Amino acid sequence: MSDDLVTLSIDGVEVSVPKGTLVVDAAKQIGNDIPVFCYHPKLEPVGMCRMCLVEIGLPVIDRGTGKPVLNADGTPQINFGRGLQTGCTVRVSPGMVVRTKTDPVEQARADVIEFLLTSHPLDCPICDKGGECPLQNLTMRHGRGNSRMVFADKLHMEKHVPLGDLIYLDRERCIQCARCVRFQDEVAGDPVIGFHNRGRHLEIATLSDPGFDSYWSGNTTDICPVGALTTADFRFGARPWELTPVATLSPHCPSGSNMTVSTRREAKAGGRSVIKRVMPRQHEAVNEIWISDKDRFVHHFAESAERLTQPLVRKNGKLVAASWTEALDVVAGKLQQAGTAVAGVSGDRLSNEDLFLFQELFRKGLKSNNIDLANGRLAGGDIVAQVGISSGSNLKELGKGDVVLVVASDLHEEVPVWWLRLKQAAERGAAIVTLNVRGTRLDKYAKHALCYAPGQAVATLRQLVNQSKVETGSQSDDPIAAAAATVGSASNLVAFYGAEGLTYDETESVAKLLANLLLLKNGGGHAGKKNNGLIPVWPHNNTQGAWDMGIHPSFGPGYKALPEAGLDAHAIYEGAASGTVKALYVLGADPIGDGLMDGRGKLEFLVVQEMFLTATAAAADVVLPAQSWAEREGTFTNAERRVQRYYPAITPVGDSRADWQILAQVGERVGLGKPALAASLVFRNVAKAVKQYKGMDYRSLAKYEKQWPDVGGDDLYYGGNAYENRSGLGQQWAATAESGKVGMFEVAETAVKSFSGLKLVRIAALYTPGTLISHSASLLGPRMAQPTLSLSAADARKAGVADGNRVEVTANGMTMTAMARVGDAPDGVALMSGVAYQPGTAVVQIRKLQEEKVA
Amino acid sequence: MAHILLRHRDVKNIHQLDVYRKHQGYEALQKVLGMEPAAVTSIVRDSGLRGRGGAGFPTGMKWGFIPKGAGEKYVVINSDESEMGTFKDRELLERNPHQVIEGALIAAYAIGAKQIYNYCRGEFMDAGYVFEQALRDCYANGLLGENILGSGFSCDFSMYFGAGAYICGEETALLNSLMGNLGQPWSKPPFPAVEGLYAKPTVVNNTETLANVPPIILNGADWYKQFGTDRSPGPKIVCLSGHVNKPGNYEINMGMTYRELIYSEEYGGGIPNGKAFKAMLPSGGSGPVVVDDALDAPMTYEGLTPFGSVMGSASVVIMDETVDMVWMAMKCVHFFHHESCGKCTPCREGTYWMEKLLKRIYKGQGTQEDLQTLRSVAGNIGGRTLCALGDFAINPVLSTFRHFPQEYEAKIKPAAAVNGQGKVKTAVSVAAD
Amino acid sequence: MIQEKYAEEIKGILARYPTKKSAALPLMHLAQREYGYMSREAMQEVASILDLDPTHILSLTGFYTLYYEEPVGRYVLEVCNDLACALKGADEFVEMASEKLGIDVDETTADGLFTLKTVMCLAACDRAPMLQCNLAFHEHLDEAKFEALIAKLRAEAASGKMAPSVVEKIAAYARQS
Repeated sequence: MSDDLVTLSIDGVEVSVPKGTLVVDAAKQIGNDIPVFCYHPKLEPVGMCRMCLVEIGLPVIDRGTGKPVLNADGTPQINFGRGLQTGCTVRVSPGMVVRTKTDPVEQARADVIEFLLTSHPLDCPICDKGGECPLQNLTMRHGRGNSRMVFADKLHMEKHVPLGDLIYLDRERCIQCARCVRFQDEVAGDPVIGFHNRGRHLEIATLSDPGFDSYWSGNTTDICPVGALTTADFRFGARPWELTPVATLSPHCPSGSNMTVSTRREAKAGGRSVIKRVMPRQHEAVNEIWISDKDRFVHHFAESAERLTQPLVRKNGKLVAASWTEALDVVAGKLQQAGTAVAGVSGDRLSNEDLFLFQELFRKGLKSNNIDLANGRLAGGDIVAQVGISSGSNLKELGKGDVVLVVASDLHEEVPVWWLRLKQAAERGAAIVTLNVRGTRLDKYAKHALCYAPGQAVATLRQLVNQSKVETGSQSDDPIAAAAATVGSASNLVAFYGAEGLTYDETESVAKLLANLLLLKNGGGHAGKKNNGLIPVWPHNNTQGAWDMGIHPSFGPGYKALPEAGLDAHAIYEGAASGTVKALYVLGADPIGDGLMDGRGKLEFLVVQEMFLTATAAAADVVLPAQSWAEREGTFTNAERRVQRYYPAITPVGDSRADWQILAQVGERVGLGKPALAASLVFRNVAKAVKQYKGMDYRSLAKYEKQWPDVGGDDLYYGGNAYENRSGLGQQWAATAESGKVGMFEVAETAVKSFSGLKLVRIAALYTPGTLISHSASLLGPRMAQPTLSLSAADARKAGVADGNRVEVTANGMTMTAMARVGDAPDGVALMSGVAYQPGTAVVQIRKLQEEKVA
Repeated sequence: MAHILLRHRDVKNIHQLDVYRKHQGYEALQKVLGMEPAAVTSIVRDSGLRGRGGAGFPTGMKWGFIPKGAGEKYVVINSDESEMGTFKDRELLERNPHQVIEGALIAAYAIGAKQIYNYCRGEFMDAGYVFEQALRDCYANGLLGENILGSGFSCDFSMYFGAGAYICGEETALLNSLMGNLGQPWSKPPFPAVEGLYAKPTVVNNTETLANVPPIILNGADWYKQFGTDRSPGPKIVCLSGHVNKPGNYEINMGMTYRELIYSEEYGGGIPNGKAFKAMLPSGGSGPVVVDDALDAPMTYEGLTPFGSVMGSASVVIMDETVDMVWMAMKCVHFFHHESCGKCTPCREGTYWMEKLLKRIYKGQGTQEDLQTLRSVAGNIGGRTLCALGDFAINPVLSTFRHFPQEYEAKIKPAAAVNGQGKVKTAVSVAAD
Repeated sequence: MIQEKYAEEIKGILARYPTKKSAALPLMHLAQREYGYMSREAMQEVASILDLDPTHILSLTGFYTLYYEEPVGRYVLEVCNDLACALKGADEFVEMASEKLGIDVDETTADGLFTLKTVMCLAACDRAPMLQCNLAFHEHLDEAKFEALIAKLRAEAASGKMAPSVVEKIAAYARQS
C-alpha cells in the first residue's frame, strides 16, 4: 500500500484514502453521507454548524513500545475519549475508527437540526429552495417531527434584503453557515459580504458599492444550504420540482463553462418552455462548479422581445416578412448570381455544425474561399493547433513549481473563470507572470507583473523568451530577467495570450514567441506535455471551433492549407465598398454595427443570418431569423480545445431555425444535396473532415464519469440536480506537439515603435455592451460598463481633466464621449473601457466637455 | 507574608521601572539571557506552574510544544479579562506591569519569539495606559527592542486593545481578533503552538501566569513548589466579590479552603449583615455553582472536582441566603447569550433559547414543559460546541437545577392557569410539503 | 479625515503588525474617537487605509460592543449590571441613573451629553456599583457620587474643556513610540 494512503474504518467498513482527507470526505467515498451544512468540499473546513458530529476513536498506543495496545481478543484498543467530534475538521489517521450511526450521533444530529430550526421560519411552502433544500432534506432524514421552541420565542428578522440588485437575502432563513462569506473570501477573492453583529443576531451584510459587488455573486445562491440567498432572476420564479434541467454551455465565454438551464412550460409564455434560471454544471477540468454572473444572467437575450421571428426580404426598399421558401430561394439565387464575387463572414458564437456548413456552402457550393471571421481579433489558431495546452490537462492541477504566463489579457474581465482558476493555482504555489500594457487584477496574485509601453509587447516578450533560454540561476534586479528566471525554472508552463492593445499581426507574433518558449528544449520542452501549452484568450465561446472548422481564407477544416487563399475579412469589406465583392453572407455578426464596414457599400446583395435586427441586418436584402443557443443543440470547442455538447432547452422563438439548418437549406439550393436532418449528422461530417475531431461523435461527447468532489444529484451538499453533469464532459483534441515534432516559429523582427504622447488602449470589461448582453439588460443593465477613460494622475493634469469629468475622446478618426477616471492607468496610456473592441493602440486627443461633473 | 504577585501592595510605586529594578526587577531576565532557552522552559516545567486563566494547563509544557529552530514565533499575553467576577489581571497591569513584561520576555526568550503582543480588553485602555508607559520605559532602558541588555536577544512588545467581546478570552478567538478578524474561535487543530498568530507558532499565556515566571526563575522551581499543593503549586490571586464584607483580590497559597477565604478576617471577613451563606460561583459565571458542602474544599485545580465544579480563574462570587437562584442563572445565561460569538449552532441558538425560557420561568410564566425543555436544551449544548463557551453557558443552569430544583418548581405556574389560557403553543411541526 | 489628522499615529500603529488587517481594531478606536461613532464614512475611511473591503469594517463594528454604529452622547456611561455587581445593587443603580438622567438605557439625553448603557462585567466587581465613562473607571458609586459625577461632567462640557479621553492618551502614545 502506498505511504500516501491512510486506512481507517467507518461503521465497520474499511476505506483507504489519501493522507489529509477529512473524515466526511472519506465517508462520502464509501457512500456514507455524514450530514453537513457549513462544510463544502470547495471551501476550507470550519466546523461551525456541528451537524457532522461523529464518534471518532483512535488506537491506544503503548507509550513504552510505541505499539498499539490490544484487547483480549487481539483487536486494537480504541479510545473514543474525546467525545463527539466534527467529521469535517478531523483528518483521517491510520487505524482510526469512526462511528456515524450510533445513538449519541443520531441524538446530536437531531439536536442540531432542532437548534437550527428554532429561529428558522419554516416557510418552505413559499421558499425558492423548497424541494432542493439541504436543511429540508436533512430535517426529513435526521430531525424530529416537531420543535419545542415556543413560536412566540422565535427571532424575527428582515425577509427581503437586497444585497445589491442581483442577490436577495432572507435573514430569517439564514443558518449562519458562512458558506457565502467564505466563498466570496476564499474562492472569489471578493470579500464584499460579511457577518454583521454576533451571536444569534449574526446576519449577512454588505457595504460594497454597488451592493455585493462581485462577478461571482450568483454562486452563493447555489451553495447556500437554505433559501436565504436567492437571485433576483429566479426568486419566486418557480418551484424546483417543476423544472427540467437541460445541459448547456456558456453562450459567450471561451472557457466553455458547463451550465444547466432549468426550464418550465408556462401558460404566460403561450405554453412555451422557457428558461427559469441558469446554474453551473460540474466540470472539474473546465469551470468546476462556478460560473460568473454574466453566464448566469445573460440568458435573457434568448427570450428577448426583440428577437427576429420570421424571414425578412427587402421589397420596394423595405424589409418585409416572407416565407422561408421565398427567402431561401432568393438567397441561393443571388449568391450564385454573384459568381466568384461572393464572400462570407461569420461570428464566433455559432456552433461547429453551423460553421462547418457555412464553409462548405462557400467552398463546395459557391466555389469560393472568400470566407473569414467577421471580427478576428486574435491570431494564432494554427499555432494553438500545434502547441496548445495538451489534452488531459487541468488548470486545477497547477501548483508549486508551475508557471503561468498571461500576456496582453485581463482575465478577470475577459474570462473570469480562468482568472479564478489561476488565482487558486497561485494560492497552491504556482507562479503567475503577467505582461501587459497596464496592471490588471491578476497582478495581486502574480509573482512577476511586467508592464510594457504601448507598442512594445512583442519586443518585451521577445526579451523574456530569449532570457528564459539562458540559465542564470541567480536572482536579478531586472524585472524581465527575474521573470525569465522563473519561467525558465517552470515544471509546467501554461501561457495565455490575448489581444489587449495589440494589432492582429502583433498577436500572431506573440503566439509564435510563446510557442517557441514552450518548445525550448532547455526550458524543459513543455509543448506536448500534460498541463503545458498555449491557451488563446479567444473573444468568444467558439472562436476555437471557427478556426477548427476552417473559417479562414487560407485554410480549410482541420487546418488544411488551401492551394489558393481567398479574401480575408478586411479585403471583403474593402471589396464591398469598392464593388469587387458583389454578394455578402453575414452569419451571426454585425460588421456595420461594429464599425468594420461603412454601410453596405456597393454590395449588390447582402444576406444576414441573425437573432436580432442588427445594424447590418437592417441594411440587408434578406434577413434569416436564427435560433438562439438555447433552442437547439450543437457543439462548441473551448479555448483548451475541448469539444462539448449543448442541448435544446426551450421552445424555438417564432419561425426561427437553427443556423446549421438554414445553411443546409441554402446549400441544398446551390447543389450540395439533401440537407442533414440532425446536428449529430452534421457533426459526423465534421469528424470526417477535421482530422483532430476523428473518433468524436455525439455519443462520445456525452460520456461522463463521476467527478470529485461529489456534488449535485440527491446528495447532502446540494439538494438540487442542476450541478450534476450527466450530459457529457466532452473531448479535448490533441495538439500536434503531443505526438509529433513541431519546429520553432520564425518571428519577424519588429522595429520597436517610437512612443510619444498619449496612446489609447481599449481594455475589457465583463459587462461591455454587445449583442447578447444588451438584449439581457433587465438584470445586468445597472451593472453595464459605461464608456470610461482612465488616465494617470500626470496625464489627467496635462489634459486638464479631473476624476468624474465628461470627456470627448478622438482616436483613429472616431470620436466618443466617456467619463474620466483618474489614477488607474500608467503614464502615457489612456485606457478606454465600456466600448467595443479596438485593436492596437492609437494616438488620442482628449477634450474636457463643459458639462456638470458626473457623480 | 510578602506578596509574590501583588508586590505593589508591599513595594510602593513598583510600577515604575527604577523601583521595580531596585527590587530585583529584571534580574530573572538577566539570568535567563545567559541560559539555554530549553533550560528556561525546564525550570518553568519543573516548577509545576499551571495556567492562571482558568484551564490550569502546565505552562512549561505549553512552551515545550513550540517547535524548536528558526522561524517567526509569538508570545501573546491574554489580558482579555472578561470573566464575570474576575479582576486580577487588571490590577497586575495597572499596578505591577513590569513583572508581567519580564515574564513575557522570559517566555519569548524560551521559545525564540521576537515579538510579544499583550491583548488587553478594550475596556482596560486606562489600565493599559500605565502598561504602555512601562513598555516605553523598557524601550528607553534597553529592556525591549534590539539587543536586550547587551545579550544579542531582541524582542518587540506591543499592546493590542480589543473592543468588547468576552469570547476573545478564548485563545484562538483572541488570535483571530489580533489579526483583525471577528473574534471567533477556530476549530482546533491547528493548535496555536503549531499555527497561531499569522499562522506561526504562538504561546498564549494569561497575564497572571506570566507574573509567576520571574520569581520562579530567580528562586528556582523548588522554592516555588513550597507554596500551594503538589498538583497545584504556587500562589494564586483570588478575586472575591458578591456578598462578603471585604471583596477584593487576595494572593493566597493554593490549598487554602474557601471557608477561610470567605470568613477569615484576613480575607473576606464574612458575609455582611449576619446573613447566611447560600451558594458561590467559584469560577465566575462559567463554573458550576456550589453550596456550603464545598466550603471546606481546597482552592486547587482539583479541589472542587468532588463537588462538580472547578476553581478556574478563582473568581469567587459569594451569594447570601437572599439570592434567588433562578435569577442568578438568568443573569449568567444573559451574559453568555450576549457574548456568544454565533459561530457554532448549539451555542448561538441554545443560549438564545435558554434565556427566553429562563426569563419566562423567572417571571412566573413558565410551564413544567419549559422546565423540561430548559434542562434538555442545556444538555443538548453540552459537549457539542466549537469552544468551551457553550459548556460554560450551561453550568449555571444545570448546577442550579442540581442544587436548587425547588426554586424552579416554585416559579412554575399552576397547571390550571395554563389550561385557562388553553394549551401552550409549541412551534409548528416540521411537516413535509 | 483621520488619515491626515493622525498620519503619524497611523504610521506607528501599522508598523506594529506584519499585516495591515491587524491594525483594524486600533484604527477603529481612533476613528470612533474622532467621529464619536463608527459612521459609514468612518468605516469606508478605515477600510481604505487598510486596503480592506468596507464590509469587513462593518462586520467588526457589529461584532465588538465598544464600537457604536449609531451616534452616542458626549459621555457614554456604561454601567455594569452583571451578576457580581447586581448582587451589590447595580440593577437599582441603573434605575436610579436612568431616572436622574431622564432617559432609558440605550438612550441619549436631549442635550446630547449622556448616553446610558448597561454592559457586561468590567472587572471591578469588588468596587460595585461602578461604571465606565468614556472608558474611565468610576467605582464604589452611590446616588450622591453619581450626581456629583454628572454635575462635574456637565460643568466640564459647559466650560468647553474636556479632559483627554483614554483613547486620546493611547493616540498620544502611538505618536511617541
